Amino acid sequence: MPDTSSSLLSIRNLKIEATSYPPGEPPKRITIVDGVSLDLQKGKVLGLIGESGAGKSTIGLSALAYGRGGAEITGGEVNLNGTNILALGKDGIRKLRGAKVCYVAQSAAAAFNPAHKLGDQVIEASVKHGLMSKDEARKRALYLFKVLGLPNPETFGDRYPHQVSGGQLQRAMTAMALCSNPELIVFDEPTTALDVTTQIDVLAAIKHAIEETHTAALYITHDLAVVAQISDDIMVLRHGKMVEYGSVKHIIETPSEDYTRALVNVRQEMRHEAPDQSKALLKVDNVSAQYSNGFKVLHNVSLHLCKGQTLAIVGESGSGKSTLARVITGLLPPSEGQITFEGKPLTPTLKKRSRDELRRIQLIYQMADTAMNPRQTVRDIIGRPLTFYYGLRGAAKTARVKELLDQIEMSNGFIDRYPAELSGGQKQRVAIARALAAKPELILCDEPTSALDPLVAEGILKLLMKLQEEQQLSYVFITHDIAIVRAIADSVAVMHRGKLVRFGAKSQALSPPFDDYTDLLLKSVPEMEIGWLEKVLTTRRMESAGN
Amino acid sequence: MRLRDIPITAWIGIFGIALALFCALFAPFIAPYGETEVVGAVWQEADAQFFFGLDNLGRDILSRLIYGTRTTLTVALCATVISFSLGIILSFIAAVSGGLIDAIFSRFNDLMMSIPTLIFALVVLAVLPQHLIVLILVMAILDSTRVYRLGRAVALDVAVMEFVEAAKLRGEGTAWIIFREILPNTLSPLLAEFGLRFAFAILFLSTLSFLGLGIQPPAADWGGMVKDNKDGIIFGVAAALVPGSAIAALAICVNLVVDWLLKRTSSLKGGRGDA
Repeated sequence: MPDTSSSLLSIRNLKIEATSYPPGEPPKRITIVDGVSLDLQKGKVLGLIGESGAGKSTIGLSALAYGRGGAEITGGEVNLNGTNILALGKDGIRKLRGAKVCYVAQSAAAAFNPAHKLGDQVIEASVKHGLMSKDEARKRALYLFKVLGLPNPETFGDRYPHQVSGGQLQRAMTAMALCSNPELIVFDEPTTALDVTTQIDVLAAIKHAIEETHTAALYITHDLAVVAQISDDIMVLRHGKMVEYGSVKHIIETPSEDYTRALVNVRQEMRHEAPDQSKALLKVDNVSAQYSNGFKVLHNVSLHLCKGQTLAIVGESGSGKSTLARVITGLLPPSEGQITFEGKPLTPTLKKRSRDELRRIQLIYQMADTAMNPRQTVRDIIGRPLTFYYGLRGAAKTARVKELLDQIEMSNGFIDRYPAELSGGQKQRVAIARALAAKPELILCDEPTSALDPLVAEGILKLLMKLQEEQQLSYVFITHDIAIVRAIADSVAVMHRGKLVRFGAKSQALSPPFDDYTDLLLKSVPEMEIGWLEKVLTTRRMESAGN
Repeated sequence: MRLRDIPITAWIGIFGIALALFCALFAPFIAPYGETEVVGAVWQEADAQFFFGLDNLGRDILSRLIYGTRTTLTVALCATVISFSLGIILSFIAAVSGGLIDAIFSRFNDLMMSIPTLIFALVVLAVLPQHLIVLILVMAILDSTRVYRLGRAVALDVAVMEFVEAAKLRGEGTAWIIFREILPNTLSPLLAEFGLRFAFAILFLSTLSFLGLGIQPPAADWGGMVKDNKDGIIFGVAAALVPGSAIAALAICVNLVVDWLLKRTSSLKGGRGDA
């Protein structure tokens, strides 16, 4: 444990509770954070890591004496420079927020006011608090824009939020937090919504800015590899309780708790590449696609997938990987080229496809929340394809639904639940069962795990692999996560700006010599290794200006 | 659902509607006098014999109120239900199909809405034969333009969701998508609108009766009764206020029930939180 005497922030036995109102039951008190203590020295970075619901954001916000959405701080102390900020009155807290402690939100796009210029928003808090004059604040903002590597720092502040990219916006938000010279910044998943190639620039910028300004920071994330690059200490949280707390070196190299070990070892290889990749089930031949306004989103893509195997399509957002899936399903007919399925050409448009053609290709969405009708029970959701494709009704349908629930490792008790009564991982399992109900040959998985916590995602991946073994399923697996590709793919396609830049068996596609883009992509994936960020940055040209 | 979960306000609403229904069904048995029977002097004061007094022709107001429930309730309820069915089906088809069908339906709807409703109704009713069914249909069609606008707006929101896309990918037909995927997710705003539209239908019918194109005398309806007795107000006779209060009370009762249904559908397990 770090030395506690000279700490900037020291949280003692923090307890945060909220009241939940389950329908039809009396209100319940739930404990979100239970007895957490931590210490942070000046100029140091502490990483808070855990799954969603672990209470990490709630702890982060308590450093601003703030409880979000009905959460109340009911016990413990939050000391900043020796003063318990929970005991401060309204005015005291106002003087603190935005001046001594600042907050960087996950989605900068939602956090900036689209009606005001970035520059005005960045300096607003500092000027309002009377810490500096407008001109001084502008100068400080300009300096910070430079430190954060933003393009054209002199004129950057004159732009509106929609005129800059997501990565730039996240850095602008960091500038806003740093502007008032705060003693502590709370970063709440600042890079989670960004592509890997952008994430690395933002990470580097944040790290550089923290070193430059000697600010202390709480860095909240669910990605251990990211936090390992930026923190001095790490606290692992689960269900509102502390699991493990120590230096980065200790957590990464010699974790003592099982849960931490599971986080560190997540996503090992689960599937060895299939040796024979010649007999194609799905063949995409020179396919191009464009929107009705003439904007071309896919340029001459050719690839194939064999029966019982997994093709992973990787690329960042906007690379056309989801569009390819839409073309295969027929939602967006190709403008050129042909898709063959089991040797026969696939009808290009959805409306003209026969029911059997539709049945054989199923899609699993990224967000299981929106992919299932919230007004239908699990029985209806899984049962509908059974009735629709196989005419099953009544007891036969129920029996088959139960069998499918069994296959996705969920008990029969879930059959009458609504999606809102399921956890994220359970929802995704139900979505998988709905696809399985059609007895398809090919399942298109559009980032099915990217909205899930790492351990839950791992469970889903294992399930998909098990089902593939049992039922000879073929997957097109769309993802931006190279670690998943390594774990489950047989063949890999890398896409960039609507073009296929690389395609082949996994062993061949993910080994050198690389093309420029694949090289950049592979090197941007954070690795669980201390000093990885510095190593990459020295070998890689800083191209941050473009992002 | 258990009976004691129903809030008191909903009970009041249910009781009011049940009372109106009872009056409509058993009017000849509970009304003390006949619908068109002249039983005393013009605008006679209320007393023990005539609970609400007599109207401008010396007919018993209570009896006419009870008989009037029949026409008012039937016409308003039928018109609202038909306008909703029509508006919802057309708007959902437009939202799901998009493109040309949406454009044709929506522009035609705009065309209808661009003509002031009352004037439209007056012209059409003056031309068509005087019949209750014609009246109901004219009211329903004119009102369905408003329902169409709302229906299309809420359905467009839901129609782009992934579960609708998933249903399309499965090969489901338009009817399934409209009634099974979209309708359950748009019920809350539509129900709220229903309560409002029902009240408007009563008022619209009253307006038409008032102008002589709705229910024809001597048949009783609440709006017509207000018209018949309006001159009494100048002389300090409250006869016009009785049917007026009945209209207000029924509208409030319907809205109390709708409010409760609204709360139920939006707090249903699995409801979209924002709906």
